[in-house]
Amino acid sequence: MTSETLSWTAVCAASEILPNTGVCALVEGRHVAVFRIGDSAFHAIDNIDPKSGASVLSRGLIGSLGERVVVASPLYKNHFDLATGECLEEPQHSVRAHAVRIDNNIVQVALA
Amino acid sequence: MVKPPQDLTVRPDMKIVLVGHGMVGHKFLEALHEQKTPGLDVTVLCEEPRPAYDRVHLSEFFAGKSAEDLSLVEPGFFEESGFKLRLNTRLSAIDRRKKTVTLPDGEVLAYDKLVLATGSYPFVPPLKGSDRENCFVYRTIEDLEAMTAAGKHARSGVVVGGGLLGLECAKALRDLGLETHVVEFAPRLMTVQVDDEGGRILRNKIEELGVKVHTSRSTTEITNGMTARHRMVFADGSRLEADMIVFSAGIRPRDELARTNALPVGARGGIAIDDHCRSSDHDVYAIGECAAWNDQIFGLVAPGYDMARIAAAHIGGQADARFTGADMSTKLKLMGVDVASIGDAHGKTAGSRSFRYTDEAKQIYKKIVVSPDGKKLLGAVLIGNADEYGTLLQMCLNGITLPADPEFLILPSSDGKAKPGLGPDALPDSAQICSCNNVTKGQICAAVGDGATTIGAMKTCTKAGSTCGGCVPLVTQIMKSEMAKRGMAVNNHLCEHFPYSRQELYHLIRVGQIKSFSELLDKHGKGLGCDICKPTAASIFASCWNDFVLKGELASLQDSNDYFLGNIQKDGTYSVVPRMPGGEVTPDGLIAVGQIAKKYGLYTKVTGGARVDMFGARVEQLPLIWEELIAAGFESGHAYGKALRTVKSCVGSTWCRYGVDDSVGLAVELENRYKGLRAPHKIKFGVSGCTRECAEAQGKDVGIIATERGWNLYVCGNGGMKPRHAELIAADLSKADLIRLIDRFLMFYVKTADRLQRTSTWRENLEGGLDYLKQVLIGDSLGISAELEAQMQHVVDTYQCEWKAAVTNPETRKRFRTFVNSTEADKRIVFVEERGQVRPARAEERLEETEGQPA
Ligand SMILES: Cc1cc2nc3c(=O)[nH]c(=O)nc-3n(C[C@H](O)[C@H](O)[C@H](O)COP(=O)(O)OP(=O)(O)OC[C@H]3O[C@@H](n4cnc5c(N)ncnc54)[C@H](O)[C@@H]3O)c2cc1C
Ligand code: HEM
Ligand code: SF4
Ligand code: SF4
Repeated sequence: MTSETLSWTAVCAASEILPNTGVCALVEGRHVAVFRIGDSAFHAIDNIDPKSGASVLSRGLIGSLGERVVVASPLYKNHFDLATGECLEEPQHSVRAHAVRIDNNIVQVALA
Repeated sequence: MVKPPQDLTVRPDMKIVLVGHGMVGHKFLEALHEQKTPGLDVTVLCEEPRPAYDRVHLSEFFAGKSAEDLSLVEPGFFEESGFKLRLNTRLSAIDRRKKTVTLPDGEVLAYDKLVLATGSYPFVPPLKGSDRENCFVYRTIEDLEAMTAAGKHARSGVVVGGGLLGLECAKALRDLGLETHVVEFAPRLMTVQVDDEGGRILRNKIEELGVKVHTSRSTTEITNGMTARHRMVFADGSRLEADMIVFSAGIRPRDELARTNALPVGARGGIAIDDHCRSSDHDVYAIGECAAWNDQIFGLVAPGYDMARIAAAHIGGQADARFTGADMSTKLKLMGVDVASIGDAHGKTAGSRSFRYTDEAKQIYKKIVVSPDGKKLLGAVLIGNADEYGTLLQMCLNGITLPADPEFLILPSSDGKAKPGLGPDALPDSAQICSCNNVTKGQICAAVGDGATTIGAMKTCTKAGSTCGGCVPLVTQIMKSEMAKRGMAVNNHLCEHFPYSRQELYHLIRVGQIKSFSELLDKHGKGLGCDICKPTAASIFASCWNDFVLKGELASLQDSNDYFLGNIQKDGTYSVVPRMPGGEVTPDGLIAVGQIAKKYGLYTKVTGGARVDMFGARVEQLPLIWEELIAAGFESGHAYGKALRTVKSCVGSTWCRYGVDDSVGLAVELENRYKGLRAPHKIKFGVSGCTRECAEAQGKDVGIIATERGWNLYVCGNGGMKPRHAELIAADLSKADLIRLIDRFLMFYVKTADRLQRTSTWRENLEGGLDYLKQVLIGDSLGISAELEAQMQHVVDTYQCEWKAAVTNPETRKRFRTFVNSTEADKRIVFVEERGQVRPARAEERLEETEGQPA
């Protein structure tokens, strides 16, 4: 899939996401967690934690486990790889990862 | 695989009847079970209403241990072993010719081997009045229950007998809050174990603790008292009045089954046994305190355990299992005073020489007895400080050659040089380290090889240190030395990002004045951090610098609970918990809470923490709700933080007819003082207005109980998953002293505990235990008291209500929204009604399961 075929939704200004935190955005009716790592790296995955069904992943703590950049669900502390959406502890509870780009300081998300 | 025994004298269907399920009886069963001899048919007759329990730690019953806590029987033991236990069954009839026993209900059981483990009974001197009501003995859980019940209506108590047990009993009476006396017939306390000089020091120490000691008193009669229930009249004409009396004047073997069945007894009683623990009838064994070996009776558990193992082995077919006598050395702590006695404490060996050291200021007495040639240690007495016990005992038992100047073994070192101690390396592998469970140094080292690298694991694996606990320091030392030898290091690293323990990280942060996570990561860590080290660092930053938790970068370190200043619930909503210090709330406050809850549709519940929680708030509602709560005079309750939660209080002297001080007032003051303090884990307090303890303060991290003379402070209690009773650290404190001590305690915990370690586990892992804690906090042994107090004062002075800071700051407020790009609410949060309030809908109750996640 190339970026041409994706449909991008503007979500917020980059400055609205504090470094190393996340926010939740509505993208075409879907709850998407958008994270900012350091100053300039952005990731997006589903916001709904499959284990609890609650829309909370954007409120988790960001960190690294080995080489992987992950978020820990605030409910049961299971970790999701921000690049792929894979749940490290229980792969059956993995989520979808989405595309993010910064255009003119605006964060844009496209559903994958 | 179960191997058949080599010796086929064991019949495959051997019937064993054990009489008495006490400590030794149970050890016998364990030994039998471990031997895995097939086809045993074992019946246990137990006079008491409950299976074997730990009599050695009986006094802990007063400190809150339950009968279950004291039980010696592993869950499932009887099911697994197939042994049959009959409670409330006292045996009185044996027919040795027919080899049967007749139970009280008439049932007749045949035996091949009969094992008597009937223990002892407390000796009550035959005086007039000794059978009066409120006169007790100290042996069983029922005795203690009766004492506790009587203690509620008594003001004073006397223990008759100043021996080991008598002093332990005196402590129990004192802990029940009674004015306590000890009456001893001999001119000194603990006649058996200590000499005159040691007895004098011991007496001073014990009197300092508020127990009155009366020696050289022989009681002649007990009559009605004038000022209390009883009056004791002594031979010298003096008298003493008290409400309850406990006899602890020695024990006598329960050898009645031998006497009525023509089995010989020892010169001083006890069923006479040979080296294999057999009575004169070779099918009847006797073990433990009821047995006399070479006319000797052993009133300690370790020799009894030896006999149990030997009898089990012998019955199992091991013909050479022999009892060879026992070492009667003891070390114990009586009311916080170390007392130890080793071997020939009185220097009775011909030609022996002794060295003594007395420190009248510190009330320490030490004596060693050495052989005529000065090469071997024969015995020792240590009062007031028994640090050398382990070393001296091993020297004595293993016949280790003494250094040239043995006196230095007990002299304090003036130049700070280490004493000619005895490293674990000096001990032979065969040295018995744990005498209760017969564990040698070699076995401990082997267990390290098998992966036992904590004292807890060591106890489980070898049982070393699990009975009287006296050997735990030495076991720890041996374990650590063995680990070092094997090149093993204990890894207490926080996580993959920081190769440090929480305590080390705390030091790095405080000493290096580090205030941000990126700086910490740069200097001491690697990677991005994670959900373990980030909240830990945030908590340490808060403890050290107390900045607003949502300030700048700090916000990104907070767990969701701290980030949104509420506890996240299963559906992603949050709880709202305003502080109600001491559980006190005005009617107006309650009305405000009610109105706010109603307006925002929140579920309300009065919690175990004595305050009202509101549940079901969506992220975007939080600032609005809090704004209204703050306007009504409330503050954040920190229910979301690893911080001080609540100070539970009873109504106290203000309303309660029993209260002796204002527990609510103190609770409010303490809650206000420590609110907001960030710690390794949550902290709970309780304050009760009298010893009835309605606030259950002893189940809290910090518990305070009013007494007529001030406040008693208990620390490191816990309810929750692993309940633990708090321990008394200081008594009868003024309020100012109480607060100072709590300051020190909390700050010391904050500094040194591990991540998510409650005070109770922290205390269990603290080397040196309660004594060490007292030395640091009261004796200021580390010289840090002033610093701890100052650091706490800083936290108190810089307190701010986090919710107030959050709602008044527009930048922070912006964070409380569900969607960054929409003002919509989260439609996935669905409530249904139950008992007149809302609750989260269950999955099957939701209408649109895919809301927010279209396929
Ligand atoms: C408060 C206290 C503190 C102590 N502290 C220490 C210490 O620090 N260190 C130490 O080494 N020792 C200590 N001891 C001593 C230690 O508890 C005993 O040595 C040990 O319990 C002896 O075990 P036993 O099995 O021989 O007797 P017990 O534990 O007394 O068991 C005997 C059992 O047999 C039952 N029984 C008796 N007759 C019959 C019958 N006819 N039919 C059925 N059942 C019968 C009794 O009811 C009892 O349950 C302490 C004792 C007490 C009371
Ligand atoms: C006349 C004397 C007593 C009065 C006036 C009294 C009053 C109270 C009150 C007002 C409470 C509620 C406190 C709260 O909500 O936290 C309470 C709770 C409690 N009381 Fe009493 N009480 C009395 C005697 C006792 C005694 C003698 C005991 C125990 C031996 C006891 C045990 C408890 C316990 C365990 C609680 C806590 C229950 C809970 O957590 O909900 N009370 N008492
Ligand atoms: S602890 Fe004492 S003062 Fe407090 S309520 Fe209970 S009985 Fe009254
Ligand atoms: S006891 Fe269990 S279910 Fe109840 S509040 Fe605590 S964690 Fe939740």
